[in-house]
Amino acid sequence: MMELDFSVVLSAEFRSWLIGGLVLSLQLTFITLLLALPLGIAVALMRLSSLAALRWLGFAFVEGIRNIPLLVHMLFWYFGATALLPEAARAWLYEHNAESVCAVIALTFYTAAYMAEDVRSGIRTIPATQTEAARALGLGAAETWRRIVLPQALRASVPPLVSQTVSLWKNTSIATVIGAAELMYQAQRVETASFRGVETFAVATLAYLSVSLIITALSIAYQRRYPVRPA
Amino acid sequence: MIDLLQNYWLYFLLGQYPEGPLGGLTLTILLSVSALLLASPVGLLLGLARVSQHRALRWPVTALIFVVRGSPLLMVIFWAYFFLPSVTGQQTDQFPTMLIALAIFNGAYLAEIVRAGIQALPRGQMESARALGLSYTTAMRRVILPQALRNSLPSLVNQLVTTIKETSLGYIIGLAEVSFIASQINIQVLTMPVQVYGVLALTYFVLCFGLSRIAYALERRLARRPISSGAPV
Repeated sequence: MMELDFSVVLSAEFRSWLIGGLVLSLQLTFITLLLALPLGIAVALMRLSSLAALRWLGFAFVEGIRNIPLLVHMLFWYFGATALLPEAARAWLYEHNAESVCAVIALTFYTAAYMAEDVRSGIRTIPATQTEAARALGLGAAETWRRIVLPQALRASVPPLVSQTVSLWKNTSIATVIGAAELMYQAQRVETASFRGVETFAVATLAYLSVSLIITALSIAYQRRYPVRPA
Repeated sequence: MIDLLQNYWLYFLLGQYPEGPLGGLTLTILLSVSALLLASPVGLLLGLARVSQHRALRWPVTALIFVVRGSPLLMVIFWAYFFLPSVTGQQTDQFPTMLIALAIFNGAYLAEIVRAGIQALPRGQMESARALGLSYTTAMRRVILPQALRNSLPSLVNQLVTTIKETSLGYIIGLAEVSFIASQINIQVLTMPVQVYGVLALTYFVLCFGLSRIAYALERRLARRPISSGAPV
């Protein structure tokens, strides 16, 4: 059995690499969440639209994105889509952290496709009588959605949306393939430089676990404070 | 585009085979199917341990499942990469590494499905089976599991779709599955990244969308079947 020695991995230099990676992973998660949630809600509404064309577009978005691995999304945006840009735009992008930008684009589409399905099933739990009652009281179609259906549906969607956020947090690790300097990338760097694989990955695993646990704990607290009320 | 397909389709499907090791899309499918075949018994055993009455069994398995489900798959792959050589005493290839990582990772997820299926049954099922004189094992095997796993076929097909997508991470440890091969093709061609990665995406889409439609059709067929006739899986 080999001796575990965390002092090397946690020395000042390596520690700053790992913390930098953790910060970028958290930033990727946060920015993606801000972008993916509204996109997911929009796609869910498209899938429930009365217009067949919008419904079909929503279906194509969800199925087209969910059936392709996130890794391929990342490779496509980083190596493929950037090649289509004009020279100047590409140069600008590479000066401005192209890896993280492409990672956020890929993560946003991927997460939004899953969140759209969570929101859609949340909306479907709201009985049609809610809409009918709102319309009978004289609310417009848009107002009924905004003030009656969506607030209830989103509350019902919180638990699946949180577990989707945990998946998003874990999925940021795949950005390492395009060289975004997030936690997994930095862990590999520290491992190569320190020859302390087990210790490095133990620290990284602990970081991933802790954040997953914190997100889950927040969700439980939220559900205690705001329980889903039966409609 | 036509040239690209003509020059590389065989490499895309088979990797360097028969001159070298098998790779490409064939390896992706082979890896996904064998990983799921391995993960199913792992998931069943872990799921049974999760509902076991013995704390010595339940607690460590609960901890293991919690850790695996809280970590990225990539982390599990790296752990397999580090631990397998110390267990087997020799350098392990990428294929067994990926296979073990996927079996453990998917096993942990399947275990929770098994546990939920068992716990969804009324307690009376186990109690009456035991009261009729069946042992815990027999009751589990003949009464509980057939009901708990009755509708598990669609979820297994869905799990296969997930596994196919997960095998793409073999790219990171240099396993010659289809994403890795596509990147190799991209490096050789150099001028057509959009087309190369577009074809790769389309390949995964056809495979996974087709399978998820099959799962959907199976689900609807099972939903039509009355529960009383559905004891055998």
